[in-house]
Amino acid sequence: MARMTMIEAIRSAHDLAMERDERVVVFGEDVGYFGGVFRCTAGLQKKYGSSRCFDAPINESGIVGAGIGMAAYGLKPVVEIQFADYMYPAYDQIVSEAARMRHRSAGQFTCQMVIRMPTGGGIFGGQTHSQSPEALFTHVSGLKVVVPSNPQDAKGLLLAAIEDPDPVIFLEPKRLYNGPFDGHHDRPVVPWKAHPLGEVEDGPYTVPLGKAAIRRPGSALTVLAYGTMVHVAEAAAEDAGVDAEVIDLRTLIPYDLETITASVKKTGRCVVVHEATRTSGFGAELSALVQETCFYHLEAPVVRVTGWDTPYPHAQEWAYFPGPDRIRRAFKAVLEG
Amino acid sequence: MTAPRPLSLHVPEPGCRPGDTPDFSDFEIPRAGAVRRPAIDEAPEDMRDMAFSVVRVLNKAGEAVGPWAGLLDAEALRTGLRHMLTLRQFDERMLKAQRQGKTSFYMQHLGEEAVSCAFHMALQDGDMHFPTYRQAGLLIASGYPMTDMMNQIYSNAADPLKGRQLPVMYSARDHGFFTISGNLGTQFIQAVGWAMASAISNDTKIAAGWIGDGSTSESDFHAAMVFASSYKAPVILNIVNNQWAISTFQGVARGGAVTFAARGHGFGIPSIRVDGNDYLAVHAVASWAAERARSGLGPTLIEHVTYRAGGHSTSDDPSAYRSKEEFSAWPLGEPIDRLKRHLITIGEWSEERHTQALAEITDEVRACQKKAEANGTLISGPKPSPRSMFDDVYAEMPPHLQRQRQEAGF
Repeated sequence: MARMTMIEAIRSAHDLAMERDERVVVFGEDVGYFGGVFRCTAGLQKKYGSSRCFDAPINESGIVGAGIGMAAYGLKPVVEIQFADYMYPAYDQIVSEAARMRHRSAGQFTCQMVIRMPTGGGIFGGQTHSQSPEALFTHVSGLKVVVPSNPQDAKGLLLAAIEDPDPVIFLEPKRLYNGPFDGHHDRPVVPWKAHPLGEVEDGPYTVPLGKAAIRRPGSALTVLAYGTMVHVAEAAAEDAGVDAEVIDLRTLIPYDLETITASVKKTGRCVVVHEATRTSGFGAELSALVQETCFYHLEAPVVRVTGWDTPYPHAQEWAYFPGPDRIRRAFKAVLEG
Repeated sequence: MTAPRPLSLHVPEPGCRPGDTPDFSDFEIPRAGAVRRPAIDEAPEDMRDMAFSVVRVLNKAGEAVGPWAGLLDAEALRTGLRHMLTLRQFDERMLKAQRQGKTSFYMQHLGEEAVSCAFHMALQDGDMHFPTYRQAGLLIASGYPMTDMMNQIYSNAADPLKGRQLPVMYSARDHGFFTISGNLGTQFIQAVGWAMASAISNDTKIAAGWIGDGSTSESDFHAAMVFASSYKAPVILNIVNNQWAISTFQGVARGGAVTFAARGHGFGIPSIRVDGNDYLAVHAVASWAAERARSGLGPTLIEHVTYRAGGHSTSDDPSAYRSKEEFSAWPLGEPIDRLKRHLITIGEWSEERHTQALAEITDEVRACQKKAEANGTLISGPKPSPRSMFDDVYAEMPPHLQRQRQEAGF
């Protein structure tokens, strides 16, 4: 066991995957010699050579498109889009190609590929370094979508994603790269070494895709969250003294409906939290699923706490980011509703 | 100071619209045999001339001349002729089947048969093509069963793609034919990635990407060029310039003033322009590029100059935007006639043998069609199971899809 940041855990997953399978190939902008703008691929080129880990031209469609061609050949590309905000040029390749390949070729061609991208706000990233575009992927049949919330999961989920036969969108909340963040931006940053989930096995292990984790057991209400918002929801529960059950979805597609419904049927109340904008966000899907499957157990309407339906602002960061106060108010609403 | 004059937007227009007389006098075509054949390791900057001329082998008399001639023996040429005749016959029957309502859609290759048929002969088993929807000659020349192509077009019970794909969007991995996508240009960069994978794996296989003149405007064309060049990928990048992108003439994609082949120069990719209606020239240039790729010398860009003689698809009526006489005025002629003439000129073919071959091919295609229609058509007969619609979205069906399949009652 070792203490790792999320960055180190992700780097370790790459390292182990490359070590045991020479078909694993890693590339993207600045990921080679330099080791990535967030250091997630540091040292890999030196260890495995520049034909296994290399820098790519600044062309997201090219990065994903070339990766798809490699996957069709039989390699297992793990590619990086520097920020999720910059995945849009690759969207055609992701939606029309990676996601559809197995279906449209009736299994002749497949796309075993991981597309990593740092996501989320809370870092004064402004419009193009803060977005959470997960709903643009969850809406696409054929993709799997993963969002880890801690180093332990990040490593296990990434190793599972690399071995998964389907294309996986792997969204890494960059706000969590160096330490957990509970939304209290006015308090000092806490490093991962002080958090139990910063304890990571040295060797390979997997966290299965499609399985949620209960981060905080409770009976008063259920919180459905992922990524940074898991920590914010936990803090909100502590701050408010509410016995909330916080579920970390970990995988958005395929989602773990069993864990979700078991919790909501127990608590009778549900708050959905995400950083992404509200309208047609993944929270709408979660809310609808809860309504469809737990209708007779619900004591109050499902409430969503999300980013506003605006572009992500710079100066107004903390008025935009769904922090503990807003979540507390949502708790109050569902408990009184 | 003079007052600024109002600017105006330049919008390219073809020289000839319906009712006009086609004029190709501006189209410079060298004599057959006139264009040199560079060494495969010649530096890209030393062979820039190749992108501004047209490699041609067959002359007006039907003789094969010049430095690109002499690669194929008579037997291979007869096989090539057979492939092209088969593709044309296949097109005719499927076009008719669509008009009869047996399927929803078809796209023919009329006038472009040499491009894919001749190119295929220059590659080897294990190489992978990333075709567009207008390279079915690759399948015909690879010996892929025509009945399976028709099964796909009919979306019937024997459709290898289980009725999921629009007609002509074939997929045939074992025949080196990558799954066709409706989204234009996407496969061009994927071909480069496949070639990079071959190089990463220290393999000896090469890839061929395909794109039309119109789709060179797509961003993925540029992605493919920069990746292919940066990583010296063993790939042949083919642009099929058939002058038209549905109703849009190639000038809107900025053809004409500068050749499509010349685009390779900005990326340091050797680029060759070839007479796409000359079976021997297409094969010779493809062989040159394949040898270059296999020798680890990197990518080649080939512009196949041809003419889309038919409608864009069965949903298109070209008489609405171009002259009906354009194809007969097209200076590079018609690929089947040119190869046939050559074979007769060298004493390896005759009108009688041609008539005989055509009759055999017609019978063969008709027999395949009969077999395919026994498996059903889009409107009648056996169909793929609706239950199979939910398969292959993922390797294993996730719970939400299982629930939806159940809800659908399959």
